[in-house]
Amino acid sequence: MAVVRLRAPLSELAGGRSEFELEGASVGEVLLALEREHPDVKGWILDEHGRIREHVNVFVNRECSSEDTALAPTDRLQVIPAISGG
Amino acid sequence: MTEVLVGTKKGLFTLNGATGKPYEIAARAFAGDSVEFAIRDPRSGRYLAAVTSGFYGPKVFVTDDPTSEWEQAQGLELPDGTEQTLKRIWTIQPGEVDGLLYAGGDPGVLFESRDGGLTWELNRALWEQPTRPDWNPGAGGMCLHSIATWPDDPSKLALGISAVGVWLSDDAGESWRNGNKGLVARYMPEESREDTITLCVHNLHRHLRRPERLFMQFHGGVYRSDDAGESWIDIGTDSGLPSDFGFPMVIDPSDPESAYVIPLVADLDRVTPEGRVRVYETRDAGGSWTARGDGLPAENAYLTILRQAFGRSGSGETMELYFGATSGDVFGSGDAGATWFTASSHLPPVHSVRVA
Repeated sequence: MAVVRLRAPLSELAGGRSEFELEGASVGEVLLALEREHPDVKGWILDEHGRIREHVNVFVNRECSSEDTALAPTDRLQVIPAISGG
Repeated sequence: MTEVLVGTKKGLFTLNGATGKPYEIAARAFAGDSVEFAIRDPRSGRYLAAVTSGFYGPKVFVTDDPTSEWEQAQGLELPDGTEQTLKRIWTIQPGEVDGLLYAGGDPGVLFESRDGGLTWELNRALWEQPTRPDWNPGAGGMCLHSIATWPDDPSKLALGISAVGVWLSDDAGESWRNGNKGLVARYMPEESREDTITLCVHNLHRHLRRPERLFMQFHGGVYRSDDAGESWIDIGTDSGLPSDFGFPMVIDPSDPESAYVIPLVADLDRVTPEGRVRVYETRDAGGSWTARGDGLPAENAYLTILRQAFGRSGSGETMELYFGATSGDVFGSGDAGATWFTASSHLPPVHSVRVA
C-alpha cells in the first residue's frame, strides 16, 4: 500500500492524522481512497471531476505527479500546496 | 450594537460596535483565505460564508456563532460532463420558503439549499441553457452575483450574471428567460449591441415593497425596471452622477423610490472620482442623485469599492449603511448616509460587507 502524508489543514480534515496507508494503482485512486476513508477531505485535493486542483502538488517520492501517475506499493505521496497565491 | 460581517482577501472579520465610533474586531475566521461573501440568515440566525482557498478551491461554511467553529456545506460542485470546475461562490441569498437559500457562483451557476445551507444542489435549468456555450465572463469571472427573490412568492426570481445579463423565472427556477430589453452595452460595437448576450450586469436589487421595481448597476449605466426586469430604463445619464460606472448598490426597503450607488471613474480607472469618496442617493427612482459624503475621505482618496462591499440594516432615516474598500477601510452611517464614520481601517482588501 502507498503511504500518503498530509499537512494542515488537510490533516485536520482527515481526523487529525498526517500519515495514511491506502490502496490504489494510481495517485488518483489513492486520493479517492483517502476521500472514502475521510469524507471531509472530498473536494479539497481533487476537484469535482477527480483532477488534482491547479494549486495543489502531489509528489510521488521526489517527483511531482498527476492523478494518472502509476504507483508501486512502496511509493510515498506528499500533498503540498503549490508555490502560488497572493 | 451592530454586527457587521466583512469578507476580505484574507479572512472573514466580524465587527461589533455602535454607530459613530470605530468597531472592534470580534472574530477573524478563515485566516489566509479569500472570503467572497458572508451573511447571517435572519430566519434561522445561521451564518454562511463563501470562502475560496487559493489552493483547495471554493467552499461554503455555516455556523451559528461566527466566533466559534464553522462546518463545511456539501454539494457545491459542477456535474460530470464538463471540463469546468466551480471557481467561486459570489453570493448567498435567503429564499421565500423556510430553509430555502440560493447561492450564485462562477461559472454562471445557481445552487439551491433546502436545509438552511448545509447541502446544495445545482439548478439544472440554468446550467443547461442552450446559449451557455456562448456565455462570456467579465473581468471577475463569469459570476452569478445577484439573486432577487419576490416577497412571499417563491416562484419569481431574477438573477444578474456578469457578463450574461438578467435572467428571470416564474416557476421557481424550473425555466429561465432573459430580461435585457433596454440595456446598452457601450463596450460592444454599435452594430453588435442590439442582439448581444454579453451584458455585464454589476448589481441587481428588487424593492421589497414594490417588487416589480428593480434597480441595476451596469458596466457603464445605471438602470431601473418597473416591469419586474422585463425592460430597463436608463437612470444614470444626466441625472447627477459623476459616473455611471460602479459595482455596489443598496436600496432602502421602506422607499421604492430609493437606491444608493458608489460611482467609480470608469471601467479603465476603477477608483472614486476626483479623489473623493462619495455615496450617491436617489429618492425619486433615479430622476436625480445626491452626493452623500459627509465624514468620508474628501481628498487624495482613490478607493475601489467592489460589488458586494456595500450593505445595510434597517430602513428609513435611521437605516445603517456600511461599505468597505480594497484599501481595507470600512465606513458606516447610522442616518441613511447623511453622515459617515470610519468603522474599521487596515483590514485586508474588502470583498463583501453585510450587516448580520
